[in-house]
Amino acid sequence: MQKLDDLDRRILRALQDDATLTAAQLGARVNYAPASCWRRVERLERDGIITARRIVIDPKALGYEVEVSLRITLDKTQSNAFDLFVAAAHEIPEVNEIQTFLGRVDVRLNVLARDMTHYQQIYRTRILKLPHIADIEALMLISNVLEREVLPI
Amino acid sequence: MIDLDDIDRAILRALQNDGSLSAAALAKKVDLSQPAAWRRVKRLETAGVILGRRLVLDKARLGFDVTVFLGIKLGTKGRVSLEDFERAIIAIPEVQLVQHVLGLYDYRVKVVARNLADFERVLRRRIMSLPGVANVEANVLLSEVRRHGPLGAYNE
Repeated sequence: MQKLDDLDRRILRALQDDATLTAAQLGARVNYAPASCWRRVERLERDGIITARRIVIDPKALGYEVEVSLRITLDKTQSNAFDLFVAAAHEIPEVNEIQTFLGRVDVRLNVLARDMTHYQQIYRTRILKLPHIADIEALMLISNVLEREVLPI
Repeated sequence: MIDLDDIDRAILRALQNDGSLSAAALAKKVDLSQPAAWRRVKRLETAGVILGRRLVLDKARLGFDVTVFLGIKLGTKGRVSLEDFERAIIAIPEVQLVQHVLGLYDYRVKVVARNLADFERVLRRRIMSLPGVANVEANVLLSEVRRHGPLGAYNE
C-alpha cells in the first residue's frame, strides 16, 4: 500500500468528487499552489494510484430503459464451469458487467435492454443458453439511490 | 433519446477506454477535425448521454482490499420507511452504490473496506443497525470486467 500524505488525500477526494477540475480549480479546492497540485496528480498517475479516467454513460439516453442484475449460481461439478461461463457471457453484447464472487452467488451479469420485450428475448435466446448454470435470480433496477464511487480516503 | 451515428458511438467507445483523451487525440481517433469532434462531445453531454467523468483509482494500492455486494431485504411489518433507510445508508462513507431493485431483495449495495475485519465492522455497526433491515446477504467480489455493453454492438 502506497504512502500518501495529507495533500495527496485532499487531491484525491477533490478529483473523485469532480474529475473535470482544472489545475487552478483544484489548487483552490485543496488550498495549495496549482502547479504543485498538478505535479502531485501526475505523480499519482505515474504511481498507478489514478489508473484511468472514464466517462459515465447514461444507458437510458441511448434508449436502454431496462437494467437487470442476474445473479447466477454455477454447477461446480464441472471443474472449468467458471471459465466456460464467463467466456460465453463475454459474447453477449447487452452484458456490460461481469463480476465473480465468493458467496452464495458465483457470477453476476448486468444486462441492458431497450424494453421488457427486448429483455425477454435476450434472456431466452442468450442468457439461458449459457453453459453450466445451476440457478438464476434476477434483480430489476428501479432506481439508483446513490452512485458515489468515492473511496473514503 | 437522441439519434447516434457510428461516429458518435466511436467517440463514446474511445472516451470509455480513455476519458483523458485530448480533443486532438480524440479527433484523430475518429477521423474528424478537432472542432467537429469537440462539437459532438458537447452534444453528447448536453443530451445527457455523457453524464460525467470519473477517476478510476487502484483500490488495492489505496488500502481497500475488499469489495462486497450486499442484498438487503427490508422488514415488511411495521411500515418501513424507504426514505429513512436510504438517508441512513448513503451517510455511510464505505457505501459506494445503492440501487433500489425489484426481486428477492429491495436494495443492492456496494461496500468497500480495508479488509474482512473492517468489512465486519461496517456490516455489524453500520448496516445491521439501519432502520428496517430484515435480511442481509453478502457476496465478496473476486473479479470484475466492465464492457462497452450495447454501445459496441447495436447499429440501427
